[in-house]
Amino acid sequence: MVYGRAEHAVKAIEDVSISVAEGEFFAVVGPSGCGKSSLMKLISGLHPTATGVLTVEGRPVTAPLKSVGMAFQNANLLPWRTAAQNVLLPLEIVQPHRRRLRTERGAYLERSRKLLESVGLAGFTEKFPWQLSGGMQQRTSICRALIHEPEILMLDEPFGALDAFTREELWCTLRDIQAERKVTVMLVTHDLREAVFLADTVYVMSNRPGRILKRCEVPIARPRDLDVTYTQEFQDIVHELRALIGGRH
Amino acid sequence: MDRRELAIKVGAPTAFTLGLLIIWQFACWAFKIPLTILPAPTDIAVALWQYRAPIIDNSFVTLWTTLAGFLIATVFGLALGIAVGWHRAIYAGIYPVLIGFNSVPKVAVVPVLILWFGLGEIPAILTAFLISFFPIVVNVATGLATTEPELEDVLRALGASKFDIMRKVGIPRSFPYFFGSLKVAITLAFVGAVVSETVGSNKGIGKLMLDAQASFQVPIVFAGLVVLAVLGIVLYAITAAIEKRFTGWAFRGQGAH
Repeated sequence: MVYGRAEHAVKAIEDVSISVAEGEFFAVVGPSGCGKSSLMKLISGLHPTATGVLTVEGRPVTAPLKSVGMAFQNANLLPWRTAAQNVLLPLEIVQPHRRRLRTERGAYLERSRKLLESVGLAGFTEKFPWQLSGGMQQRTSICRALIHEPEILMLDEPFGALDAFTREELWCTLRDIQAERKVTVMLVTHDLREAVFLADTVYVMSNRPGRILKRCEVPIARPRDLDVTYTQEFQDIVHELRALIGGRH
Repeated sequence: MDRRELAIKVGAPTAFTLGLLIIWQFACWAFKIPLTILPAPTDIAVALWQYRAPIIDNSFVTLWTTLAGFLIATVFGLALGIAVGWHRAIYAGIYPVLIGFNSVPKVAVVPVLILWFGLGEIPAILTAFLISFFPIVVNVATGLATTEPELEDVLRALGASKFDIMRKVGIPRSFPYFFGSLKVAITLAFVGAVVSETVGSNKGIGKLMLDAQASFQVPIVFAGLVVLAVLGIVLYAITAAIEKRFTGWAFRGQGAH
């Protein structure tokens, strides 16, 4: 993937090959500006490849994949819709829900509320985004990415703007969602503890142009509890990854 | 509204307006200002009552030409704003012409309009329209341009078309900008209609004031100004109320919930 034109072009990523099993939780970590987000845009089909081929499930990607759900650092909720209506948004776009929505709006709203309740937002489904805390907004945003039952959930620093306690709380929420739905998750993050706690596999990327430096399988058994993050085994993995990323200390 | 808020929202403007009138009245009396220069508020009130029939008659004309021009400006401005915000090529193509057009003083256009459509209400409606559509276009286009790219990505990844994104996100998000611009546009439309009436017409508050001025009936001129001011406030208040009704979500924390 290349940004800009001719000699000013910046090569964001180069020769990246990742193979992911269905239902796998994988994280991509790396220094700032190493092309983590670019990789996500490529995989989702939002950005065409400059050279080479990108295949997802054996098919080359040329247009946006509809089986993708995305969430970002900012919740990006629509301020004129309630939480439940916000979660409903993808269904207004994706077929066959789009067609059915007109006649079965009530049923779909109920589904949206159920999903919000499952991430601990019971009682907040009819609130507007500005009535929700940052963590609640982010939960809503993740629900919006999940409502159409995507095959891949792509999260770009989803917890980056949250305080440490809320972040850990949401780690557990995400862990439970993934365990329950068996959805494939791609998590782009700066936070190594987050990556190791949540992912089956962690990919470390190098500085620009981004390449995969290491593929690290996290051997810690699932389901993982937050206490895991204080064990020696966990710390060792984080240290090892930290050394790979480098930078001055 | 509690008592404190009531005092601020109703008490303060009433006290200020009354104070202004009292100072005005006192100054006219103390400095013995002649009626032909600056009539006192009481003289204006007398003129308002005495000439109420022609004033109401002419106000009605000004009001409906203003509203007609404003309605055309709203529809046209919204459509053009969406077009300009839709694609950068449309933006680049239309913008220079739009700014050039907006720079032309509309008083200079009125004679042309009279030449084309004759004396009457049409030049006033068109002037009101021409002067008031620009802020609507600019605001709607700005609203569309500020759509978060991430949100656009979320929708595009689901296979949403440009039209879907506009309909679900872009247009609703530009609504506060749109309604905000209506408040500016309504006052401008009012100015446009009156300017056109003053340059040349056979009816309207502008024409009434022009005739009164020609015969040195200064209290009537000022009565006309008062009517314009009051109508301006009323029209503004109505658009502001509509704005609040439709985009309450953009006014969070200001007593909207």
